[in-house]
Amino acid sequence: MTVTAARMLWNGCVCFVGIGLPSAAANLARLLHAPEIVLIYESGTIGTRPDVLPLSIGDGELAETASAVVPLPEIFAYWLQGGRIDVGFLGAAQVDRFGNLNSTVIGPYAHPKVRLPGAGGASEIAAHAKQIFVVLKQSLRSFVPTLDFVSSAGFMAGGGARAKSGAPGRGPQAIITDYGVLRPQPDTEEFALVARYETTTASAAVKATGWPLVVAPTLEVIAPPTAAELEALRALHARTQTAHSRPVKLPV
Amino acid sequence: MPIVTLKDAIERHVRDGDSLALEGFTHLIPFAAGQEIIRQRRRDLHLIRMTPDLVYDQMIGAGCARALTFSWGGNPGVGSAHRIREAIEQGWPRPLAIREHSHAGMAAAYTAGAARLPFGLLRGYIGTDLARVNDGIRTVTCPYTGEALATVPALNPDVTILHAQKADRAGNVLISGILGAQKEAGLAARKLIVTVEEIVDDLAAPMNAVVLPHWVVTAVACVPGGAWPSYARGYYPRDNAFYIAWDDVSRDRGRFGEWLERYVLGTADFAGFIARLRADGGGP
Repeated sequence: MTVTAARMLWNGCVCFVGIGLPSAAANLARLLHAPEIVLIYESGTIGTRPDVLPLSIGDGELAETASAVVPLPEIFAYWLQGGRIDVGFLGAAQVDRFGNLNSTVIGPYAHPKVRLPGAGGASEIAAHAKQIFVVLKQSLRSFVPTLDFVSSAGFMAGGGARAKSGAPGRGPQAIITDYGVLRPQPDTEEFALVARYETTTASAAVKATGWPLVVAPTLEVIAPPTAAELEALRALHARTQTAHSRPVKLPV
Repeated sequence: MPIVTLKDAIERHVRDGDSLALEGFTHLIPFAAGQEIIRQRRRDLHLIRMTPDLVYDQMIGAGCARALTFSWGGNPGVGSAHRIREAIEQGWPRPLAIREHSHAGMAAAYTAGAARLPFGLLRGYIGTDLARVNDGIRTVTCPYTGEALATVPALNPDVTILHAQKADRAGNVLISGILGAQKEAGLAARKLIVTVEEIVDDLAAPMNAVVLPHWVVTAVACVPGGAWPSYARGYYPRDNAFYIAWDDVSRDRGRFGEWLERYVLGTADFAGFIARLRADGGGP
Protein backbone atom coordinates (compact mmCIF):
# COMPACT_ATOMS: atom_id res chain seq x y z
CA MET A 1 0.00 0.00 0.00
CA THR A 2 2.76 2.44 1.00
CA VAL A 3 4.89 1.46 -1.99
CA THR A 4 1.94 1.81 -4.40
CA ALA A 5 1.16 5.25 -2.98
CA ALA A 6 4.82 6.30 -3.22
CA ARG A 7 4.95 5.33 -6.90
CA MET A 8 2.20 7.86 -7.67
CA LEU A 9 4.41 10.77 -6.70
CA TRP A 10 6.68 12.03 -9.46
CA ASN A 11 10.07 13.68 -9.20
CA GLY A 12 9.77 17.40 -8.56
CA CYS A 13 6.13 17.43 -7.58
CA VAL A 14 5.09 19.66 -4.70
CA CYS A 15 3.34 17.48 -2.13
CA PHE A 16 1.49 18.62 0.99
CA VAL A 17 1.81 15.72 3.39
CA GLY A 18 -0.49 14.46 6.14
CA ILE A 19 0.96 12.45 9.04
CA GLY A 20 0.92 8.64 9.06
CA LEU A 21 0.69 6.55 5.87
CA PRO A 22 0.84 9.64 3.60
CA SER A 23 4.08 10.73 5.25
CA ALA A 24 5.61 7.26 4.85
CA ALA A 25 4.68 7.14 1.16
CA ALA A 26 5.93 10.65 0.42
CA ASN A 27 9.26 10.11 2.16
CA LEU A 28 9.70 6.72 0.50
CA ALA A 29 9.16 8.39 -2.89
CA ARG A 30 11.88 10.91 -2.03
CA LEU A 31 14.32 8.13 -1.12
CA LEU A 32 13.60 6.11 -4.26
CA HIS A 33 12.49 7.71 -7.52
CA ALA A 34 11.66 11.31 -6.60
CA PRO A 35 14.72 12.85 -4.95
CA GLU A 36 13.61 16.37 -5.94
CA ILE A 37 10.08 16.03 -4.61
CA VAL A 38 9.16 19.09 -2.53
CA LEU A 39 7.57 17.91 0.72
CA ILE A 40 5.52 20.42 2.67
CA TYR A 41 4.08 19.83 6.14
CA GLU A 42 1.41 22.12 7.59
CA SER A 43 3.80 23.11 10.38
CA GLY A 44 5.35 25.44 7.82
CA THR A 45 8.28 23.31 6.67
CA ILE A 46 8.85 23.63 2.91
CA GLY A 47 11.10 21.25 1.00
CA THR A 48 11.83 19.11 4.03
CA ARG A 49 14.13 16.08 3.77
CA PRO A 50 13.91 14.15 7.07
CA ASP A 51 15.97 11.02 7.51
CA VAL A 52 13.32 9.44 9.74
CA LEU A 53 9.54 9.71 9.61
CA PRO A 54 8.25 12.45 11.87
CA LEU A 55 5.97 11.28 14.68
CA SER A 56 4.17 14.62 14.65
CA ILE A 57 3.49 17.16 11.94
CA GLY A 58 6.06 19.47 13.52
CA ASP A 59 9.01 17.31 14.61
CA GLY A 60 12.32 19.18 14.83
CA GLU A 61 13.97 17.38 11.95
CA LEU A 62 11.30 18.66 9.58
CA ALA A 63 12.49 22.19 10.34
CA GLU A 64 16.22 21.43 10.36
CA THR A 65 16.14 19.80 6.89
CA ALA A 66 13.69 22.21 5.23
CA SER A 67 14.62 24.83 2.65
CA ALA A 68 12.32 27.26 4.44
CA VAL A 69 10.31 27.35 7.66
CA VAL A 70 7.39 29.75 7.47
CA PRO A 71 4.58 30.62 9.88
CA LEU A 72 1.46 28.47 9.78
CA PRO A 73 -0.91 31.21 8.59
CA GLU A 74 1.45 31.68 5.64
CA ILE A 75 1.58 28.00 4.69
CA PHE A 76 -2.23 27.83 4.56
CA ALA A 77 -2.67 31.19 2.81
CA TYR A 78 0.17 31.69 0.29
CA TRP A 79 1.22 28.11 -0.34
CA LEU A 80 -1.99 26.07 -0.10
CA GLN A 81 -4.81 28.50 -0.91
CA GLY A 82 -2.39 30.22 -3.28
CA GLY A 83 -2.64 27.13 -5.49
CA ARG A 84 1.02 26.02 -5.35
CA ILE A 85 0.46 22.41 -4.25
CA ASP A 86 0.46 19.62 -6.86
CA VAL A 87 -0.65 16.79 -4.58
CA GLY A 88 -2.34 16.74 -1.19
CA PHE A 89 -1.79 13.38 0.47
CA LEU A 90 -4.44 12.53 3.08
CA GLY A 91 -5.50 9.73 5.40
CA ALA A 92 -8.91 9.39 7.06
CA ALA A 93 -11.00 7.20 9.32
CA GLN A 94 -13.89 6.93 6.84
CA VAL A 95 -14.36 7.49 3.12
CA ASP A 96 -17.51 7.35 0.98
CA ARG A 97 -18.02 6.48 -2.67
CA PHE A 98 -17.33 10.06 -3.78
CA GLY A 99 -14.02 10.36 -1.92
CA ASN A 100 -15.40 12.57 0.85
CA LEU A 101 -13.53 11.96 4.12
CA ASN A 102 -14.39 11.80 7.82
CA SER A 103 -11.79 12.33 10.54
CA THR A 104 -14.16 14.06 12.99
CA VAL A 105 -16.73 11.76 14.66
CA ILE A 106 -18.28 8.30 14.55
CA GLY A 107 -21.90 8.72 15.56
CA PRO A 108 -23.79 12.00 15.90
CA TYR A 109 -21.67 15.11 16.36
CA ALA A 110 -23.45 16.24 19.54
CA HIS A 111 -23.16 12.82 21.21
CA PRO A 112 -20.36 10.99 19.47
CA LYS A 113 -19.75 7.30 19.86
CA VAL A 114 -16.12 8.03 19.04
CA ARG A 115 -14.67 11.51 18.91
CA LEU A 116 -11.87 11.47 16.30
CA PRO A 117 -9.16 14.16 16.18
CA GLY A 118 -10.87 16.45 13.65
CA ALA A 119 -10.22 18.07 10.30
CA GLY A 120 -6.90 19.81 10.92
CA GLY A 121 -5.45 20.80 7.57
CA ALA A 122 -7.52 18.33 5.57
CA SER A 123 -10.51 20.56 4.76
CA GLU A 124 -8.47 23.09 2.84
CA ILE A 125 -5.91 20.59 1.50
CA ALA A 126 -8.81 18.71 -0.09
CA ALA A 127 -10.16 21.92 -1.62
CA HIS A 128 -6.97 23.51 -2.87
CA ALA A 129 -4.32 20.95 -3.85
CA LYS A 130 -4.38 20.41 -7.60
CA GLN A 131 -5.21 16.79 -6.86
CA ILE A 132 -5.59 14.58 -3.78
CA PHE A 133 -4.42 11.05 -3.08
CA VAL A 134 -6.03 9.25 -0.15
CA VAL A 135 -4.44 6.26 1.55
CA LEU A 136 -6.23 4.14 4.15
CA LYS A 137 -7.05 0.52 4.97
CA GLN A 138 -10.24 -0.75 3.39
CA SER A 139 -12.93 -2.37 5.54
CA LEU A 140 -16.64 -2.09 6.30
CA ARG A 141 -15.68 0.29 9.11
CA SER A 142 -13.76 2.67 6.84
CA PHE A 143 -15.60 2.35 3.49
CA VAL A 144 -19.08 3.47 4.51
CA PRO A 145 -22.21 4.28 2.50
CA THR A 146 -22.78 7.55 4.36
CA LEU A 147 -20.17 9.45 6.34
CA ASP A 148 -21.11 10.36 9.89
CA PHE A 149 -19.46 13.72 9.22
CA VAL A 150 -17.73 15.33 6.24
CA SER A 151 -14.36 16.69 7.40
CA SER A 152 -13.00 17.20 3.89
CA ALA A 153 -14.77 17.14 0.56
CA GLY A 154 -14.03 14.93 -2.44
CA PHE A 155 -16.69 14.96 -5.14
CA MET A 156 -19.42 15.83 -2.62
CA ALA A 157 -22.70 14.42 -4.02
CA GLY A 158 -21.00 13.43 -7.28
CA GLY A 159 -22.16 14.12 -10.83
CA GLY A 160 -20.55 17.55 -11.12
CA ALA A 161 -21.26 18.83 -7.60
CA ARG A 162 -17.62 19.66 -6.91
CA ALA A 163 -17.28 21.74 -10.05
CA LYS A 164 -20.11 23.96 -8.81
CA SER A 165 -18.72 24.30 -5.32
CA GLY A 166 -15.88 26.76 -5.90
CA ALA A 167 -13.20 24.26 -4.83
CA PRO A 168 -10.20 25.14 -7.01
CA GLY A 169 -8.47 21.71 -7.02
CA ARG A 170 -9.58 18.70 -9.05
CA GLY A 171 -10.25 16.60 -5.95
CA PRO A 172 -9.28 13.03 -5.10
CA GLN A 173 -7.82 11.18 -8.09
CA ALA A 174 -6.77 7.99 -6.32
CA ILE A 175 -7.68 6.09 -3.17
CA ILE A 176 -4.95 3.58 -2.32
CA THR A 177 -5.89 0.75 0.05
CA ASP A 178 -4.67 -2.66 1.11
CA TYR A 179 -6.88 -4.14 -1.64
CA GLY A 180 -5.73 -1.99 -4.54
CA VAL A 181 -6.39 1.38 -6.10
CA LEU A 182 -9.70 3.15 -6.74
CA ARG A 183 -10.19 6.04 -9.15
CA PRO A 184 -13.17 8.32 -9.83
CA GLN A 185 -15.29 7.41 -12.82
CA PRO A 186 -16.18 10.08 -15.39
CA ASP A 187 -19.70 11.56 -15.15
CA THR A 188 -20.73 9.89 -11.87
CA GLU A 189 -17.45 10.74 -10.11
CA GLU A 190 -18.00 7.59 -8.05
CA PHE A 191 -14.85 5.68 -7.12
CA ALA A 192 -14.32 2.31 -8.76
CA LEU A 193 -11.68 -0.34 -8.17
CA VAL A 194 -9.27 -0.12 -11.09
CA ALA A 195 -6.28 -2.09 -9.79
CA ARG A 196 -5.56 -4.88 -7.34
CA TYR A 197 -2.44 -6.50 -5.92
CA GLU A 198 -1.34 -9.98 -6.92
CA THR A 199 -2.44 -11.15 -3.47
CA THR A 200 -5.89 -9.53 -3.42
CA THR A 201 -9.06 -10.07 -5.40
CA ALA A 202 -11.87 -7.86 -6.64
CA SER A 203 -14.44 -9.90 -4.72
CA ALA A 204 -12.54 -9.46 -1.47
CA ALA A 205 -12.44 -5.71 -2.12
CA VAL A 206 -16.18 -5.68 -2.77
CA LYS A 207 -16.80 -7.51 0.53
CA ALA A 208 -14.69 -4.91 2.35
CA THR A 209 -16.80 -2.03 1.01
CA GLY A 210 -19.99 -0.77 2.63
CA TRP A 211 -21.62 0.20 -0.69
CA PRO A 212 -21.94 -1.76 -3.95
CA LEU A 213 -18.39 -1.21 -5.16
CA VAL A 214 -18.01 -0.67 -8.89
CA VAL A 215 -15.18 -2.76 -10.30
CA ALA A 216 -13.56 -1.77 -13.60
CA PRO A 217 -14.11 -4.32 -16.40
CA THR A 218 -10.35 -4.85 -16.69
CA LEU A 219 -8.42 -4.69 -13.45
CA GLU A 220 -4.77 -3.75 -13.57
CA VAL A 221 -2.58 -5.96 -11.41
CA ILE A 222 -0.12 -3.81 -9.50
CA ALA A 223 3.49 -4.90 -9.80
CA PRO A 224 4.68 -6.15 -6.41
CA PRO A 225 7.22 -4.11 -4.47
CA THR A 226 10.77 -4.55 -5.72
CA ALA A 227 13.55 -5.61 -3.38
CA ALA A 228 14.87 -2.04 -3.44
CA GLU A 229 11.50 -0.56 -2.49
CA LEU A 230 11.01 -3.03 0.35
CA GLU A 231 14.50 -2.50 1.70
CA ALA A 232 14.17 1.28 1.60
CA LEU A 233 10.83 1.10 3.44
CA ARG A 234 12.11 -1.38 6.00
CA ALA A 235 15.19 0.73 6.70
CA LEU A 236 13.09 3.90 6.97
CA HIS A 237 10.77 2.30 9.53
CA ALA A 238 13.71 0.86 11.47
CA ARG A 239 15.46 4.24 11.70
CA THR A 240 12.16 5.82 12.67
CA GLN A 241 11.46 3.30 15.41
CA THR A 242 14.92 3.89 16.91
CA ALA A 243 14.55 7.64 16.78
CA HIS A 244 11.09 7.65 18.37
CA SER A 245 12.22 5.58 21.35
CA ARG A 246 15.39 7.57 22.01
CA PRO A 247 15.27 9.03 25.54
CA VAL A 248 15.49 12.81 25.80
CA LYS A 249 17.72 14.44 28.38
CA LEU A 250 16.58 17.91 29.43
CA PRO A 251 19.58 20.15 30.04
CA VAL A 252 18.13 21.50 33.29
CA MET B 1 9.62 45.18 32.55
CA PRO B 2 10.65 42.98 35.47
CA ILE B 3 11.17 39.28 34.82
CA VAL B 4 8.75 37.46 37.13
CA THR B 5 8.27 33.89 38.29
CA LEU B 6 5.80 31.73 36.39
CA LYS B 7 3.80 31.43 39.61
CA ASP B 8 3.48 35.23 39.82
CA ALA B 9 2.61 35.58 36.16
CA ILE B 10 -0.27 33.09 36.42
CA GLU B 11 -1.47 34.44 39.78
CA ARG B 12 -1.59 37.97 38.49
CA HIS B 13 -2.80 37.54 34.93
CA VAL B 14 -4.92 34.38 34.57
CA ARG B 15 -8.41 34.48 36.09
CA ASP B 16 -11.16 31.88 36.35
CA GLY B 17 -13.39 32.15 33.29
CA ASP B 18 -10.69 33.64 31.04
CA SER B 19 -10.25 32.72 27.39
CA LEU B 20 -6.73 31.43 27.14
CA ALA B 21 -4.52 30.45 24.19
CA LEU B 22 -1.39 28.41 24.98
CA GLU B 23 0.01 28.31 21.45
CA GLY B 24 2.98 26.63 19.80
CA PHE B 25 2.29 24.23 16.90
CA THR B 26 4.01 21.01 18.08
CA HIS B 27 7.08 23.15 18.90
CA LEU B 28 7.50 25.46 21.93
CA ILE B 29 4.30 24.32 23.63
CA PRO B 30 4.12 26.02 27.06
CA PHE B 31 3.67 22.88 29.17
CA ALA B 32 5.11 24.40 32.35
CA ALA B 33 2.60 27.25 32.14
CA GLY B 34 -0.28 24.83 31.56
CA GLN B 35 0.73 22.84 34.62
CA GLU B 36 1.04 25.97 36.76
CA ILE B 37 -2.53 26.87 35.78
CA ILE B 38 -3.61 23.39 36.92
CA ARG B 39 -1.60 23.82 40.13
CA GLN B 40 -3.33 27.12 40.87
CA ARG B 41 -6.70 25.40 40.26
CA ARG B 42 -8.04 27.79 37.64
CA ARG B 43 -11.56 26.92 36.54
CA ASP B 44 -14.10 27.63 33.78
CA LEU B 45 -11.46 28.50 31.21
CA HIS B 46 -12.20 28.77 27.51
CA LEU B 47 -9.13 27.03 26.10
CA ILE B 48 -8.06 27.92 22.57
CA ARG B 49 -5.39 26.00 20.62
CA MET B 50 -5.17 24.73 17.08
CA THR B 51 -3.93 21.33 18.28
CA PRO B 52 -4.85 20.82 21.97
CA ASP B 53 -1.94 18.34 22.29
CA LEU B 54 -1.10 16.90 25.71
CA VAL B 55 -1.11 20.32 27.39
CA TYR B 56 -4.88 20.67 27.06
CA ASP B 57 -5.36 16.92 27.55
CA GLN B 58 -3.87 17.58 31.01
CA MET B 59 -5.76 20.82 31.70
CA ILE B 60 -9.11 19.45 30.49
CA GLY B 61 -8.58 16.21 32.40
CA ALA B 62 -7.80 18.31 35.48
CA GLY B 63 -11.16 20.08 35.21
CA CYS B 64 -9.88 23.55 34.30
CA ALA B 65 -11.99 24.06 31.18
CA ARG B 66 -15.60 24.81 30.28
CA ALA B 67 -14.95 25.25 26.54
CA LEU B 68 -12.44 24.38 23.83
CA THR B 69 -11.83 26.05 20.46
CA PHE B 70 -9.61 23.88 18.28
CA SER B 71 -8.96 22.40 14.85
CA TRP B 72 -7.30 19.01 15.54
CA GLY B 73 -7.45 17.24 18.89
CA GLY B 74 -5.36 14.08 19.07
CA ASN B 75 -1.99 12.88 20.36
CA PRO B 76 0.05 13.47 17.18
CA GLY B 77 1.06 10.24 15.50
CA VAL B 78 -0.02 8.19 18.53
CA GLY B 79 -3.81 8.24 18.72
CA SER B 80 -6.49 9.88 20.83
CA ALA B 81 -6.11 12.59 23.43
CA HIS B 82 -8.06 10.44 25.88
CA ARG B 83 -8.98 13.12 28.42
CA ILE B 84 -10.29 15.41 25.70
CA ARG B 85 -12.22 12.55 24.15
CA GLU B 86 -13.76 11.61 27.46
CA ALA B 87 -14.73 15.22 28.17
CA ILE B 88 -16.50 15.43 24.80
CA GLU B 89 -17.99 11.91 24.78
CA GLN B 90 -18.96 11.66 28.47
CA GLY B 91 -18.78 15.16 29.93
CA TRP B 92 -16.05 14.00 32.36
CA PRO B 93 -14.73 15.57 34.52
CA ARG B 94 -17.12 18.27 33.38
CA PRO B 95 -19.03 19.09 30.19
CA LEU B 96 -16.88 20.71 27.52
CA ALA B 97 -18.46 23.04 24.95
CA ILE B 98 -16.52 22.77 21.69
CA ARG B 99 -16.08 25.19 18.83
CA GLU B 100 -14.40 23.34 16.02
CA HIS B 101 -12.52 24.72 13.02
CA SER B 102 -10.01 23.69 10.40
CA HIS B 103 -6.36 24.78 10.79
CA ALA B 104 -6.72 27.29 7.96
CA GLY B 105 -9.79 28.73 9.67
CA MET B 106 -8.11 29.14 13.05
CA ALA B 107 -5.04 30.65 11.40
CA ALA B 108 -7.31 33.20 9.71
CA ALA B 109 -9.09 33.85 13.02
CA TYR B 110 -5.85 34.59 14.89
CA THR B 111 -4.58 36.75 12.01
CA ALA B 112 -7.78 38.81 12.09
CA GLY B 113 -7.48 39.03 15.87
CA ALA B 114 -3.94 40.38 15.66
CA ALA B 115 -5.07 43.01 13.15
CA ARG B 116 -8.13 43.92 15.25
CA LEU B 117 -10.44 43.06 12.38
CA PRO B 118 -13.78 41.45 13.25
CA PHE B 119 -13.40 38.34 11.11
CA GLY B 120 -10.91 36.23 9.19
CA LEU B 121 -11.49 35.49 5.53
CA LEU B 122 -10.56 32.34 3.64
CA ARG B 123 -11.61 30.17 0.74
CA GLY B 124 -12.31 27.39 3.14
CA TYR B 125 -14.61 24.78 4.67
CA ILE B 126 -15.88 23.96 1.14
CA GLY B 127 -18.22 20.98 1.14
CA THR B 128 -17.60 20.14 4.81
CA ASP B 129 -20.00 19.76 7.74
CA LEU B 130 -18.05 22.13 10.00
CA ALA B 131 -20.30 25.13 9.33
CA ARG B 132 -23.31 23.02 10.39
CA VAL B 133 -21.89 22.47 13.86
CA ASN B 134 -20.11 25.79 14.39
CA ASP B 135 -22.33 28.79 13.75
CA GLY B 136 -19.26 31.03 13.85
CA ILE B 137 -18.34 29.73 10.40
CA ARG B 138 -20.29 31.87 7.94
CA THR B 139 -20.00 33.25 4.44
CA VAL B 140 -19.63 36.63 2.86
CA THR B 141 -20.07 37.61 -0.77
CA CYS B 142 -17.00 39.21 -2.29
CA PRO B 143 -17.93 42.81 -3.18
CA TYR B 144 -15.77 42.65 -6.29
CA THR B 145 -16.24 39.19 -7.76
CA GLY B 146 -19.47 37.93 -6.17
CA GLU B 147 -17.72 34.76 -4.94
CA ALA B 148 -18.91 33.29 -1.63
CA LEU B 149 -16.02 33.10 0.84
CA ALA B 150 -15.87 31.70 4.37
CA THR B 151 -15.55 33.93 7.42
CA VAL B 152 -14.55 33.05 10.96
CA PRO B 153 -14.85 35.32 14.00
CA ALA B 154 -11.56 36.92 15.05
CA LEU B 155 -9.89 35.26 18.04
CA ASN B 156 -8.86 37.69 20.78
CA PRO B 157 -7.92 35.63 23.84
CA ASP B 158 -7.91 37.33 27.24
CA VAL B 159 -4.46 35.81 27.68
CA THR B 160 -2.05 34.14 25.27
CA ILE B 161 0.84 32.20 26.74
CA LEU B 162 3.86 31.27 24.61
CA HIS B 163 7.18 29.58 25.22
CA ALA B 164 10.25 30.92 23.41
CA GLN B 165 14.00 30.48 23.31
CA LYS B 166 15.16 33.78 24.75
CA ALA B 167 14.24 37.12 26.21
CA ASP B 168 16.55 39.98 27.08
CA ARG B 169 16.34 41.87 30.35
CA ALA B 170 13.99 44.45 28.86
CA GLY B 171 11.53 41.66 27.96
CA ASN B 172 12.06 41.53 24.19
CA VAL B 173 11.39 37.92 23.11
CA LEU B 174 13.06 35.91 20.31
CA ILE B 175 11.32 32.89 18.75
CA SER B 176 12.94 30.60 16.20
CA GLY B 177 12.10 27.32 14.46
CA ILE B 178 8.57 26.12 13.73
CA LEU B 179 6.50 29.21 14.48
CA GLY B 180 2.94 27.97 14.16
CA ALA B 181 0.55 30.83 14.78
CA GLN B 182 2.45 32.06 17.85
CA LYS B 183 3.02 35.61 16.71
CA GLU B 184 -0.61 36.00 15.61
CA ALA B 185 -1.96 34.48 18.82
CA GLY B 186 0.38 36.66 20.86
CA LEU B 187 -0.61 39.88 19.16
CA ALA B 188 -4.32 38.99 19.18
CA ALA B 189 -4.46 38.68 22.97
CA ARG B 190 -5.27 41.32 25.58
CA LYS B 191 -2.34 40.04 27.65
CA LEU B 192 0.73 38.08 26.57
CA ILE B 193 2.80 35.94 28.92
CA VAL B 194 5.99 34.34 27.64
CA THR B 195 8.10 31.69 29.33
CA VAL B 196 11.66 31.40 27.98
CA GLU B 197 14.60 29.00 28.16
CA GLU B 198 16.97 31.77 29.15
CA ILE B 199 17.34 35.47 29.79
CA VAL B 200 20.23 37.04 27.90
CA ASP B 201 21.89 40.44 27.86
CA ASP B 202 21.50 40.82 24.12
CA LEU B 203 19.06 38.91 21.86
CA ALA B 204 21.44 39.35 18.90
CA ALA B 205 18.44 38.72 16.67
CA PRO B 206 19.11 38.48 12.91
CA MET B 207 17.25 41.12 10.92
CA ASN B 208 14.16 39.07 9.93
CA ALA B 209 13.94 37.00 13.08
CA VAL B 210 10.63 36.77 14.92
CA VAL B 211 10.91 39.20 17.81
CA LEU B 212 8.06 40.23 20.08
CA PRO B 213 9.10 43.62 21.46
CA HIS B 214 8.80 44.12 25.22
CA TRP B 215 6.00 46.67 24.82
CA VAL B 216 3.56 43.99 23.56
CA VAL B 217 4.55 41.52 26.29
CA THR B 218 2.83 41.60 29.67
CA ALA B 219 5.15 39.29 31.61
CA VAL B 220 8.23 37.14 31.03
CA ALA B 221 9.28 34.20 33.21
CA CYS B 222 12.46 32.16 32.85
CA VAL B 223 11.49 28.45 32.84
CA PRO B 224 14.27 26.28 31.40
CA GLY B 225 12.79 23.11 29.92
CA GLY B 226 9.34 24.75 30.05
CA ALA B 227 8.20 23.25 26.73
CA TRP B 228 8.99 19.63 27.69
CA PRO B 229 7.77 17.09 26.35
CA SER B 230 7.39 19.40 23.36
CA TYR B 231 10.70 20.92 22.30
CA ALA B 232 12.67 24.13 22.01
CA ARG B 233 14.86 24.34 18.94
CA GLY B 234 18.45 24.77 20.02
CA TYR B 235 17.82 23.43 23.53
CA TYR B 236 16.24 19.96 23.54
CA PRO B 237 14.39 17.69 21.08
CA ARG B 238 10.75 16.60 21.13
CA ASP B 239 10.29 13.73 23.58
CA ASN B 240 8.49 11.37 21.21
CA ALA B 241 8.90 8.48 23.66
CA PHE B 242 6.97 10.47 26.31
CA TYR B 243 4.19 11.28 23.83
CA ILE B 244 3.92 7.56 23.04
CA ALA B 245 3.95 6.62 26.74
CA TRP B 246 1.27 9.23 27.51
CA ASP B 247 -1.26 7.10 25.64
CA ASP B 248 -1.30 4.65 28.57
CA VAL B 249 -1.11 7.31 31.29
CA SER B 250 -4.08 9.27 30.07
CA ARG B 251 -6.19 6.37 28.78
CA ASP B 252 -7.57 5.60 32.25
CA ARG B 253 -9.15 8.24 34.52
CA GLY B 254 -7.65 6.78 37.65
CA ARG B 255 -4.17 6.47 36.25
CA PHE B 256 -4.32 10.01 34.89
CA GLY B 257 -5.56 11.28 38.25
CA GLU B 258 -2.67 9.62 40.07
CA TRP B 259 -0.17 11.07 37.63
CA LEU B 260 -1.67 14.53 38.06
CA GLU B 261 -1.72 14.32 41.88
CA ARG B 262 1.83 13.07 42.15
CA TYR B 263 3.58 15.15 39.54
CA VAL B 264 1.60 18.37 39.07
CA LEU B 265 -0.60 19.04 42.11
CA GLY B 266 1.93 17.47 44.44
CA THR B 267 4.90 19.59 43.31
CA ALA B 268 5.57 23.27 43.93
CA ASP B 269 6.69 24.21 40.44
CA PHE B 270 8.08 22.96 37.14
CA ALA B 271 11.54 22.27 38.57
CA GLY B 272 9.89 20.18 41.29
CA PHE B 273 7.86 18.35 38.63
CA ILE B 274 10.98 17.39 36.67
CA ALA B 275 12.84 16.45 39.85
CA ARG B 276 10.06 14.12 40.99
CA LEU B 277 9.81 12.44 37.58
CA ARG B 278 13.54 11.83 37.68
CA ALA B 279 13.48 10.61 41.28
CA ASP B 280 10.80 8.09 40.29
CA GLY B 281 13.09 6.74 37.58
CA GLY B 282 11.36 8.35 34.64
CA GLY B 283 11.48 11.85 33.32
CA PRO B 284 13.91 13.63 31.02
